[in-house]
Amino acid sequence: MEQNISTSLESLPFIKTNAGPKDGEQWIERLKEEYMLLIQYIQMNKEEDHDWFNVESNADGTKWNGKCWYIHNFVRYEFDLQFEIPATYPATPIEMELPELDGKTHKMYRGGKICLDIHFAPLWAKYQPKLGIAHALATALGPWLAAEIPVLADQGIIKPNM
Amino acid sequence: MVEQKPPALRVMSSDVHDDNPYSRLMALKRMGVVKNYEAIRGHSVLIVGVGGIGSVVAEMLTRCGIGKLLLFDYDRVELANMNRMFYLPTHQGLAKVEAAKKSLQEINPDVQIETHNMNICTLDNYEQFCERIRNGNLEGNGRVSIVLSCVDNYAARMTINSACNELDQIWFESGVSETAMSGHIQWLIPGETACFACAPPLVVSEAGDENQIKREGVCAASLPTTMGIIAGFLSQTVLKYLLDFGEVSQFLGYNAFTDYFPRYPLGPNPECTDRKCQERQKQYAHVPEEEKRMNASRVKREKEEKALQVQQQKDQAHTENEWGITLDGGEDEQVQEKKPEAFVEVKKEQTLEELMKSMKQLQAK
Ligand SMILES: [Zn+2]
Repeated sequence: MEQNISTSLESLPFIKTNAGPKDGEQWIERLKEEYMLLIQYIQMNKEEDHDWFNVESNADGTKWNGKCWYIHNFVRYEFDLQFEIPATYPATPIEMELPELDGKTHKMYRGGKICLDIHFAPLWAKYQPKLGIAHALATALGPWLAAEIPVLADQGIIKPNM
Repeated sequence: MVEQKPPALRVMSSDVHDDNPYSRLMALKRMGVVKNYEAIRGHSVLIVGVGGIGSVVAEMLTRCGIGKLLLFDYDRVELANMNRMFYLPTHQGLAKVEAAKKSLQEINPDVQIETHNMNICTLDNYEQFCERIRNGNLEGNGRVSIVLSCVDNYAARMTINSACNELDQIWFESGVSETAMSGHIQWLIPGETACFACAPPLVVSEAGDENQIKREGVCAASLPTTMGIIAGFLSQTVLKYLLDFGEVSQFLGYNAFTDYFPRYPLGPNPECTDRKCQERQKQYAHVPEEEKRMNASRVKREKEEKALQVQQQKDQAHTENEWGITLDGGEDEQVQEKKPEAFVEVKKEQTLEELMKSMKQLQAK
């Protein structure tokens, strides 16, 4: 059994405010939209019974951390998740980091950043500034986990609930 | 230029001696290729990314006697890098910028090397990156001559793009595709040529190939050959730009399979998503063609050599290709037009703290 955690862009609304962490009040507006959208996305996941991450941010919304997990063959694999909002966000996309997997897969950049440029960067480029954290989780990290975790698990590179 | 330098610098002389590292370079001047080769000592070049391309560019510019290099990278040297040029197995474990500095100073002690072992994308480092663009010249009181993007990922390119649009800084972008079979360089002049957000050029470089931007090392293939070719193109173009000879291409691509080298101008996109880019475009809309920075050196030269070169290089920039780039997925765009876009709604009275709290509660369930 594989968990379905890839969500299409169409199922999430866009973000309106084009602002990054250097933009003061405007950033707070954007952050509120980011939070609102995350809440909707988490709710959606819970309703469809495929909740797959937990995140929270610092007070100014620039540093995030939490957990994400993936179920493969009825076994749960869970990882620490962290990311920063880049200075020139949303022009610059978010880079998701799974530090525990650093060095364990080719689809990862040094420091535990997942490798997404081929699929995610064009999408981000096309829709920015309308995509946000929820979109990045849904269309970048989700599909990445779905592609990588079964392979890493079958090869014995990762252990359940490491 | 030479007089301003500290006395420790070796003289740039054209005398042919075994111990004069500059004689062959200065010969360019004698032959009339470059008017004032010594001017290279007055220039500072900021390089973001000293991997497969950036380190080779740094070495080439160092051997050419550039005044100053500012190197930004947050990576360390690994044995997996040894299929590329420049770094040695003995550098393993060192910060790339530090390893580079060591080698470059041995190659040419006349060059000032400033290193920054950091990721420019983060909030903490971005300001420092911008500050070095503004004050990184030889005297430390003015902007660098040029910024070079030799990074391997989209996020860093977009960060450099935002900074250069904000600071109105001219820069060059370079890259090699995921498959290591193609690459490109691009000249970006805010408001005058396409910025990186106007049209990510990698879409063009492999003629519609979906594999757009390569992420160096573990995520992609890499070949020292392709990287060396692109590094050579970039260094050559930087010399042309700084020393004012030849023509600087706005976009130059390389396809290794067919030895195809497309070259064309890239105009800015009036609907670019970067607000600063749009501002710069408005700013430069009324600047007469001959005063635009992309034409500055050419116009100057044409004036000087009017009598000799009547027919040379008629303004191709505007007849051939005006913004001929499209992103993939035209179909999606049509679908989008039909369906109005839905945006997330936040109630006016809702505070950030409340939102944070309700998300926490939701997740705790
Ligand atoms: Zn632009």
